Amino acid sequence: MKKQKGNKQFWILDCRFWIKSKIKNLKSKIGSGTAGWFLSIGLIGYIGLTCALVLYFPQSVLAFLLFEASLLLIYYVPLSRRTKLAFAAIVLIALMPVLGVVNGYYLEVAIQVGIFVALALGLNIVVGFVGLLNLGFVAFYAIGAYLWAIFGSPQANQFLPGGYFPLAPAWFFAFLLLSIVIGALTGALLGLPVLRLRGDYLAIVTLGFAEVVRALVNNLDKPINLTNGPRGITPIQRPPLFFGSLLETFGLQLDAAALYPLYFYFLVLVMALVVILVTRRLENSPVGRAWKAVREDEIAAAAMGIPVVRMKLLAFAVGASFASAIGVLFAAKQVFINPESFTFMESIGVLAMVILGGMGSVPGAILGATAVTILNLQLLKGLSLWLNALRQSGIVIFLPLLGSYDLTQIPAQFEPAKYERMIFGLILMLMMIFRPQGILPPRRQSRGGSTGSPSRGKSREN
Amino acid sequence: MDLALSIFFQVLVDGIVLGFMYALIALGYTMVYGVLEFINFAHSEIFVVGAFVGVEILLGLEASGSLAAIHPAFVLLLVLLAGMVVSGLAAMGLERVAYRPLRRAPRLVPLISAIGASFFLQDFIRLVESLWRNSFYLTYPSLPALEKNLAFGAAVDVPVKSVLVIATALVMLLALYLFVNRTKIGLAIRAVAQDPDTASLMGIPVNRTIALTFFVGGAMGGAAGVLFGLHYSLISPYSGFVPGLKAFTAAVLGGIGNIPGAVLGGIVLGLMEAFAASYLSILTGGAFGAEYKDVFAFAALILILIFRPKGLLGEKVREEGV
Repeated sequence: MKKQKGNKQFWILDCRFWIKSKIKNLKSKIGSGTAGWFLSIGLIGYIGLTCALVLYFPQSVLAFLLFEASLLLIYYVPLSRRTKLAFAAIVLIALMPVLGVVNGYYLEVAIQVGIFVALALGLNIVVGFVGLLNLGFVAFYAIGAYLWAIFGSPQANQFLPGGYFPLAPAWFFAFLLLSIVIGALTGALLGLPVLRLRGDYLAIVTLGFAEVVRALVNNLDKPINLTNGPRGITPIQRPPLFFGSLLETFGLQLDAAALYPLYFYFLVLVMALVVILVTRRLENSPVGRAWKAVREDEIAAAAMGIPVVRMKLLAFAVGASFASAIGVLFAAKQVFINPESFTFMESIGVLAMVILGGMGSVPGAILGATAVTILNLQLLKGLSLWLNALRQSGIVIFLPLLGSYDLTQIPAQFEPAKYERMIFGLILMLMMIFRPQGILPPRRQSRGGSTGSPSRGKSREN
Repeated sequence: MDLALSIFFQVLVDGIVLGFMYALIALGYTMVYGVLEFINFAHSEIFVVGAFVGVEILLGLEASGSLAAIHPAFVLLLVLLAGMVVSGLAAMGLERVAYRPLRRAPRLVPLISAIGASFFLQDFIRLVESLWRNSFYLTYPSLPALEKNLAFGAAVDVPVKSVLVIATALVMLLALYLFVNRTKIGLAIRAVAQDPDTASLMGIPVNRTIALTFFVGGAMGGAAGVLFGLHYSLISPYSGFVPGLKAFTAAVLGGIGNIPGAVLGGIVLGLMEAFAASYLSILTGGAFGAEYKDVFAFAALILILIFRPKGLLGEKVREEGV
């Protein structure tokens, strides 16, 4: 048994060496220029082909998945940074909206992916850079969402006189900024008392905090109706179509129903890009280095003069502000929110994204968020639809030795789309056991140090 | 205030029942924490496994028509034992698969694995029940013997269910206490909790002892699951989360790693919750109702962890990096 396992691992290692040597070869060839051109043409071919597939089969999950994979391909292809960015820009800015018009659901998936990318990057700062397990991340998301939901809907009239509410759509942008401040403040407020707790206790306290926030949101419809309780808040103002007049001068017809998804797509895209940029800049700043020092060894970091508590607080605040800003956007996009959207499962989902991609890795968090969201929204739902179709087909399968099975007998309660938790759980468990550093572990700029994962580096001291 | 007085005993009994339930679950958290210094987040699902084993057996007996024929005491004993054994084995399997490979990893790694295991188990139970019964919200069949009330004096009626929960929990707690403190195996568990390396040098099979600890903790959780099902009837794969978190609160309240502490913490928390649920709306004139009892429990957890992480009875909490 042991021996087999060893052999298998060697086999995988061989494969890796083979791929690495191939990539090296390719990289050396790019210097000559021709291989680069070939790769670019291949990439264009792939993108064009998958685009055409989606256009011809607008209902096919597989075609859209192949199209989404083009982004991953762009990331991995050994081309110059500028070429890759250009490709990614074309896919995200030009092609994605076009496909979104063909099938609106794809745009919805893309918006969700963007939201979760931003959330995962926020959690990645806390969990990945500083090594603090925050199980209540969704609380900050909820705070942002309810901030705009309450004031961007008639809800605030319930407890504030004057009838000024809902606020004008333009206030959305003011609240976006405000939510960053409020998120940072609540993050710091929660962090202040809890950050001296040890790792696992901190995790439980943040979980308790999130549950308290959810219980409050759920119950604060009396004595004063702040949140409208489990019934949720609707209708929430959407951001203004300030470019409407501009579009009309170009002679384009305005159709709000068709325009809003595209508008939100670009808003999410911009926000996700801002978050990515900020995270990148932070990672390579003195603050980012201090965070990583705290993660690797708190005592050593303190000895080197790093203000440990202040750094942890900062990480909490930054992560929380990302989440709460995205929350504002989420509330505006959904038009209706209720406490159901902010359960513990959401926190764990975001954690699974960070863990899958690799704690402390920005590309990892992006990949993890994209993969998990697509898995949930497309693959599981697709499987559900397929099962339903099977159920209605009434086909009877004859299996040798096992007898026959009537497909209408598939229990109606068995719906793969509802098994998000199982996916999250499997990701967390399997990643921790087999690959704790994640799919795209952070590159470490150490001089001669080990290139292993941050979490494996230090073993538990007894 | 008449109302407040008249429900007092009822609330007291409810609180004690809830408290013993929490205590039984908290034992699983506290024993594992004592041995491995690790929060077994999936323990709440071990509890749910017990509840589902119980309901499956009862439903099976009911379907075969023998539920009414067998003496209720035997039925209860059978259900409890089955729930304990299956839950204990599930906890052992969990340890083997999800925790043992990570024993030398940094503290957060097994915790994340445990959270994953917890989520996986919730949906796994749902999957099994969906395929098996086409429903994952199951109701315990009612046992006529448990539906009666015992009258103590004029004012107090105690349901037999509550007496059953309290009596079973007391017996099990006593048995556990004797097991840990009076037997050789219990000695081994305590030795491993103190220092696994030295214990191993003394010839104690550490891995087997840890597995056994998981079994015993899981069995207590399974018994709590069966009692929970008998008392509250409706169960679902997700009904472990809140009781689990509260039982963990109880374990921390009493001092984690400390067995009498878990019992004390459970009862304090159960009473607190029952009184908060009944008296909050009376005291605040209806402004805040029973729905805030969970807020109380979680706020208590946060405050204890911040201000007295060693709990009521605990002595040692090692401060070390993540």
